[in-house]
Amino acid sequence: MQQKDALLMSSEEETATTVEQLKGSEILLNGLIAEGVDTIFGYPGGAIMPIYDALYDYQDQLKHILVRHEQGATHAAQGYARTSGKVGVVFATSGPGATNLITGLADAQIDSTPMVCITGQVFAHLLGTDAFQETDVINITTPVTKWNYQVTDASEIAEVLAKAFHIAKTGRPGPVLIDITKNAQLQLAAYKGYQKCDHIRSYRPTPIIRNNYIEQAAALINDAKRPFVLFGQGVLLGNAEQEFKAFVEKTGIPAAWTILGAGAIPTDHPLNVGMLGMHGNYGPNVLTNECDVLIAIGMRFDDRVTGRLDKYAKQAKVIHLDIDPAEIDKNVKAHVPVWGDCKETLPLLTVLVKENKHEEWLAKFNNYSKEEFAQCIDAEINPQSGELTMGEVINQLNQLTNGDAVIVTDVGQHQMVACRYAKFNHTRSNITSGGLGTMGFALPAAIGAKFGAPNKTVVAVIGDGGFQMTLQELGTIMQSGIDVKIMILNNQFLGMVRQWQELFHDRRYSFVDITSPDFVALAKSYYIDGKKISERTELKDALKTMLDHKGSYLLEVMVTKENNVFPMVPQGCSVSEIRLK
Amino acid sequence: MESKLEKKEFNITVYTENQVGLLSRIAIIFSRRKLNIESLNTSPSEVESIHRFNIVINETEEVVRKVARQLEKQVEVLKVYYNTNEDVIWQELALYKVPTEIIAEHVSVERLLREYGARAVVIRKDYTVFETTGHREETDALVVVLQQYGLIEFVRSARVAIIKASDGFHTKLKQFENREPGEPAAENEYLNNGDKVFTM
Repeated sequence: MQQKDALLMSSEEETATTVEQLKGSEILLNGLIAEGVDTIFGYPGGAIMPIYDALYDYQDQLKHILVRHEQGATHAAQGYARTSGKVGVVFATSGPGATNLITGLADAQIDSTPMVCITGQVFAHLLGTDAFQETDVINITTPVTKWNYQVTDASEIAEVLAKAFHIAKTGRPGPVLIDITKNAQLQLAAYKGYQKCDHIRSYRPTPIIRNNYIEQAAALINDAKRPFVLFGQGVLLGNAEQEFKAFVEKTGIPAAWTILGAGAIPTDHPLNVGMLGMHGNYGPNVLTNECDVLIAIGMRFDDRVTGRLDKYAKQAKVIHLDIDPAEIDKNVKAHVPVWGDCKETLPLLTVLVKENKHEEWLAKFNNYSKEEFAQCIDAEINPQSGELTMGEVINQLNQLTNGDAVIVTDVGQHQMVACRYAKFNHTRSNITSGGLGTMGFALPAAIGAKFGAPNKTVVAVIGDGGFQMTLQELGTIMQSGIDVKIMILNNQFLGMVRQWQELFHDRRYSFVDITSPDFVALAKSYYIDGKKISERTELKDALKTMLDHKGSYLLEVMVTKENNVFPMVPQGCSVSEIRLK
Repeated sequence: MESKLEKKEFNITVYTENQVGLLSRIAIIFSRRKLNIESLNTSPSEVESIHRFNIVINETEEVVRKVARQLEKQVEVLKVYYNTNEDVIWQELALYKVPTEIIAEHVSVERLLREYGARAVVIRKDYTVFETTGHREETDALVVVLQQYGLIEFVRSARVAIIKASDGFHTKLKQFENREPGEPAAENEYLNNGDKVFTM
């Protein structure tokens, strides 16, 4: 019965003999190639076998990376998308294969990462019958996808795939999932070539730019005495780094970044005043509450950036540039909404703003920066005695990579330290899980990041906790032969939770004491070289060895156990109540 | 001007493509914020192939506006409007099943039904089904009365609402179908009413 169903022709079959007949699975792969896909991260299984069977014949055009867990495939696709600017593609089977995608989908959704996931599904006639490995993937993934669709007939595949790519990469990007029943993969359908999608009537990815708001924004900026720019990943997603730089340099406005905005302008740029938010820099946080005009570009005022909202920049007029209308006024009220792609809106604004230098105002940032350096940074990155600190490891790494490496971070203390102290000369170099805060992100994301930027050095900075969440991806590194440098900063604790327990829960260290295996031996078992160090005298050489090593390398650095990340805006406090210790 | 922070009934009208799964995509935008949907109706609209949701919630305008934008951002949603009860003409339909022998014996029931504008839909030996159409207070009032006469079943439909100030969706849809839409359809009402929404 199944066999017969599978071989039945598509209902919309054309009888004309001139039209090519292809299996659904072949139509899918042809579509992926037409979309410019060259790398797929995936894991096979029963319901997606016809697609994998077809893939066997397409290996010269489509590189498939076999991950060790489907979550790894999603994070790898995210890493790939973030470094390359292309859409990350994932294959997974039905049931558990599909449910394992959820964390990565949620991460990509909240961090606006373009991704297309293809899941296999049971035969259409078995839907709803609790068939083997059947799960309601569409409903499970609805809250964590920009769009999803279930295909039950091969004739739909080409059009749906084209829509999926269009939706994933346009407007505010995001993850899309297509669930394809097994019969649709096997079925023959007419294939008239692949047509890319550039219009869906109910979908308006980029709003029309309204000049009156641009003019209002320019007027506010021209009159401002203490203007302040906050920039986020929107600048990167819009490929608007040059436009952004031109705007900031013409107006002379100090600019601070959210963690996903890092690298949009180089770390050392004189107008780059540092990081925003809970573990951001001193000046940008305090001066948020002193600026007179706040210009938010491609950022969404996350609570980790704003702290307490009712005490956030109340004195300032807010100009908000964003491509997503739902972000305007969501958390912080905008006085001037500049809806649109910042690649287009920024140049319009740059034309209207006056050339300026806000030297006195910029000096204020620099003064705060000096104070922060004296009170917390110096001891963190230049300790003269005691155990190694995370900050000095990152600082030493900067000196060896010169700020040219792609730094992939996991989640926790090491992430905040890496984002604070890593140097980024280039855009798309800081790959981290921002909105969702997914531990276990870094190792698989680094694999994808390297495939997306093969000519760059990719360093994954990971804590001892997060590494143990997805360490099976060492197998993917081993098998694909990819060159990823893995640096575990081991403080033998789930450090960020421990820090909060120390500061806010009377040092009641509840289940944050985590033991680790011999990471170097573990890496060795995957034929990956490595070393463990704990002495300051070894640090530079060990990092050099790691970076110079041909192929992947794991360096475990034992760092001080109970160190805290400062500055810190405690939860529920205003950004101006940031603590230096 | 009334406070945007005061909770009241809002009628949200959502124009969408007709697509499986969209109902759940729309519903979770409310449930995610733990908003209770008072009433939800889906139906065809004035334009063939375009569906129309009528959703009623009791919330502040500020929250409703945010929800409306998050709804509108869904790929298959064309347009979202929200209106107060004063801005719309709305109706709900209710059915009441009562024992025929009791109402036949009570002349006052007939008078009551006249008073409430009810119509008999079915009359059988054992039961009779009445129908009323109107606002919530009206349909509710008859329930209270019929309880005394052995009301067996009561059901009320979701609300349907027509926006007084709307010109319908025909011209809007044409704009949506264009690759380069004109300003009227292109955007948000919020942008058009910038002066009211964004105060300098």
